[in-house]
Amino acid sequence: MKTLLRALLITLLAIGGTFALDPFRNYQLALAAACFAAVAGLTVLVGLTGQLSLGHAVLMAAGGYGFAFAASAVDGPWPLALLAGLAAAAVVSGLLGLLLGAAAARLRGPYLAGLTLALVIALPAAANTLPLGGDQGAPAPFFPVPEALAALIAVEQWHAWLAIVVAAIAVTPLVVLRSGSAGLRMRAVLDDETASRLSAVDPGAVKTGAFVASAVPAGLGGAVLAIATQQVTPGGYGLAFSLLLVVAAVIGGLGSIGGAAIGSVLVTVLPWLIDELAALAPDDLGRRLDGNLALLLFGAGLIALTTAWPGGAARLLDRLRAARPLRFATPSTTTER
Amino acid sequence: MRTQKPFKSAAALAAAAALGLAACSTPDSDESVPGVTDDTVTIGTHQPLTGPAAAGYATISAATAAYFEYVNANGGINGREIEYLVKDDGYDPSATQSAVRELVTEEKVFAIVNGLGTPTHSAVLDYLDQQSVPDLFVSSGSLTWNQPDVYENTFAFNADYVTEGAALAQYAVDQQPDAKICVLGQDDDYGDGIIEGVETVLGSNAVTDVQVYSTSAEDLTAQMGAMMAAGCEVNVLGTINGFTAMAVGTAAQMEWFPKWYVSSSGADYPTLAGYLGADLAPQLLQGMVSVNYLPFSPDGEWVALFEEINAEYNDGAPFTGNTVFGMSVGYLFAEALAAAGDDPTRESLVAAIESGDLVGNGIVPLSFAEGDHAAYRSVGITVVNEGVQDYVGTTYEVGAGSVSAVEPNPVPLANEGIPGS
Repeated sequence: MKTLLRALLITLLAIGGTFALDPFRNYQLALAAACFAAVAGLTVLVGLTGQLSLGHAVLMAAGGYGFAFAASAVDGPWPLALLAGLAAAAVVSGLLGLLLGAAAARLRGPYLAGLTLALVIALPAAANTLPLGGDQGAPAPFFPVPEALAALIAVEQWHAWLAIVVAAIAVTPLVVLRSGSAGLRMRAVLDDETASRLSAVDPGAVKTGAFVASAVPAGLGGAVLAIATQQVTPGGYGLAFSLLLVVAAVIGGLGSIGGAAIGSVLVTVLPWLIDELAALAPDDLGRRLDGNLALLLFGAGLIALTTAWPGGAARLLDRLRAARPLRFATPSTTTER
Repeated sequence: MRTQKPFKSAAALAAAAALGLAACSTPDSDESVPGVTDDTVTIGTHQPLTGPAAAGYATISAATAAYFEYVNANGGINGREIEYLVKDDGYDPSATQSAVRELVTEEKVFAIVNGLGTPTHSAVLDYLDQQSVPDLFVSSGSLTWNQPDVYENTFAFNADYVTEGAALAQYAVDQQPDAKICVLGQDDDYGDGIIEGVETVLGSNAVTDVQVYSTSAEDLTAQMGAMMAAGCEVNVLGTINGFTAMAVGTAAQMEWFPKWYVSSSGADYPTLAGYLGADLAPQLLQGMVSVNYLPFSPDGEWVALFEEINAEYNDGAPFTGNTVFGMSVGYLFAEALAAAGDDPTRESLVAAIESGDLVGNGIVPLSFAEGDHAAYRSVGITVVNEGVQDYVGTTYEVGAGSVSAVEPNPVPLANEGIPGS
C-alpha cells in the first residue's frame, strides 16, 4: 500500500514537472520514461537474477509493434485504442519474454548474452521478412491532446503525461515484486541454485518468471516510444540502443529502480547534450564531429564512471545519504571486476 | 526518483507547482512568424551525416549551406539572411523524429527544407502536418510527398521514382528493343516506385527478373547471382549510391557486365567513383545510363557558378552531383522565399510555391501548381562516357501511364544565381 501511494505521488510529481519543461524537453522526458520502463525491467533481471540480457531493445520493439498494430486496428474512442494497444504490447512482449525465459533458464552468463544479442541482430531481418513494414516500420496512431486540455498543454506535454502514467503502471509492479517474496526467491537463486532447490525454490521457474516480469515493462516502454513518435521502426531498436539500455542500468546501479530512472535520463539527454556542444565548435570541425563525438565521449564517460563508482548512481546516492546499508546483493557475474 | 522520501517529494512538488505557473509548454499564442526576424530566416533539415547513407549523401547539406552563405554574402533574400540548421539523423527514422522535433520546437524553424530519405522523412510527415510547418522539397522521389489534399504543406523535390523508372525503361526499349530487362530495387517506396515505373512501360509480365534488397543488408551476392542466372541484359537499379556501387562491383567480381540503368538517387558518378576507386570506375561505369533534371552538364553556366560557390564557401570540397543537387535545392528555396514577399509567413511561402510561378534551375521548368506538389515530371537521360556523366539530349515526360519524348527547355541562369530583387 505504501509503495502504491509513493508511486502515485511520484507520478503526480512528474506530471507536475512537465509544466516546467518546454515541448522538446517534454518529448525527451517521454523518451526517458520509455527507457525507464525498459531499464527498470532490465536492472531487476540483471541485478536480482544475474541473467544478462543484451536484447531488451527487441522486447521493446515487440511491445511497440504490438501497440502500433492493435491501436491502429481499434476503431473507437482514443482511450479504447490506447488501452488495446497497451494490452497488446504487454501480451506480445510477455510472450516473447516467456520464450526467451524458457531458454534463459537453461543458459547462463555469456551464452544467454549471446542468445539475446543474436535476437537484436536478427531484428532488421525479421522486420523485413515478417509483415512488419520492413525498414520503414509500422505507423502508430497519433493521440492528440483531448479538447478539455487543448488550451492548456501542447501535444508533447500530453504525450509526456501518457508516457509517465504508462511507465508508472509498468514499473510499480516491479517494485512490489522486488521487495516481495518473489524478489527473495530471485536472490536465493542468484546466490546458490543448489541451496535454493533444497529450499523448494525451482531456479528454472524463477528465472523464467523473472524474464517475463522484465519483458512486460520493456514492452510497455516500447509502447510509450510508439505513442511519442507515432512510428515503430527496426532501426530505432538496433544494437546501439539495446546496449544503451544496459549502459543505463549499469550507470544507475544494477538492481536499483531509482538508479534506472537516473540512468534512463542520462542516456536520453547526454548524447543530445554532447551534440549541442559539438555544434558550438567551429563549422568545419563541428561538421566532422557531429554524431561521432557523442559516441566517443559517451564511451569514455562510461568507463570513467564505472571505474569511479562501480555501484552506479544508486550506490552514490546511498553513500551521499550517510551510507545506508545496501538492500540488495550485488550479482557476482556482472559487476565484479 | 523512486527512492525519494515523502517530505522531499512534497518539497519538490511545491517547487514544480511554482514552476508550473510559468507553463512553458502551453501552446503559443503570440502572432509572430516562427523563424523569421527582421534580418534572418531560420530553416532546418535532417540529413544522414553519419550511418549507412552518410557516404552517399552527407555532402548535400554542406553544398546547400555553402549556397546560402553565398546568398547571405550578397545581401540575402529581401534583406534577410538565411540560417540553415542541419541535424544528423543517421538515416534512422527514430532519430529523424527527435531531430525534427528539436528543429520545430527548440529552434523554431520557419520551414523544414530538403529532409532526406523516404523511410526517414515518412516518420515526420504527420508531425510536420500537425504543426503546420512548411515541409519543402523533400529529398526523395516517393509519391508520398505529392498529396496536396492530405499534406497541404509538403512538396517534393526529386522527380518521383515512378517517373524515373518509366523513363529508364523507355530509353532501354528505344535502345535495345529485344533486351531482357530486370530490376533491382530497395525494399521500400523507392524500389517499389522504380519497379512500378518499369512495369508501366514494359507491362508487368515482361520484366525478366525483379530482385529486392534492404538497406540493412551486408551484400548483394544473392540478388546479383539470381539476375545473372536469369540472363538479364539491362539492369534497372532503384538503389542508393552505396548499393549501386555494390551491385556493379559484385557483378564485376562475377565477371558479368550487363547494362546499368540507374535512378538519379543512386547514379552520381563522382560518388560512385569514390566507392569503386578512381582507377576502376571509368571502366566499370562506362555506358551507365541514368536520368536527371538538374543542370549538371560540365560546361553549363549553372555548374560554373556552383563551382565558384563551392570553391569559395565550401572549402573546395569535391564537386559532385550532390553538390549540384544541394545548391539547386538552396536556389529553389531562395526563389520561393523571394516570392513569398517582404514579410513572409508560412502561408505566403506555401502560396508562392503553389502559384506555379517558380521555375527552379532544371533542364525543364518546375511543375508545382495548386493541387500538384511534384517538382519535376520530365527527366533527361544521362550517360557516362569515359568518366564524364552528361545529358545525351533525350528527354521524357511521364504522364498518367504514358511516356513521351519532349524537347529539353533548360532554365537560364539569371542575376548571378540570386533570386528576387
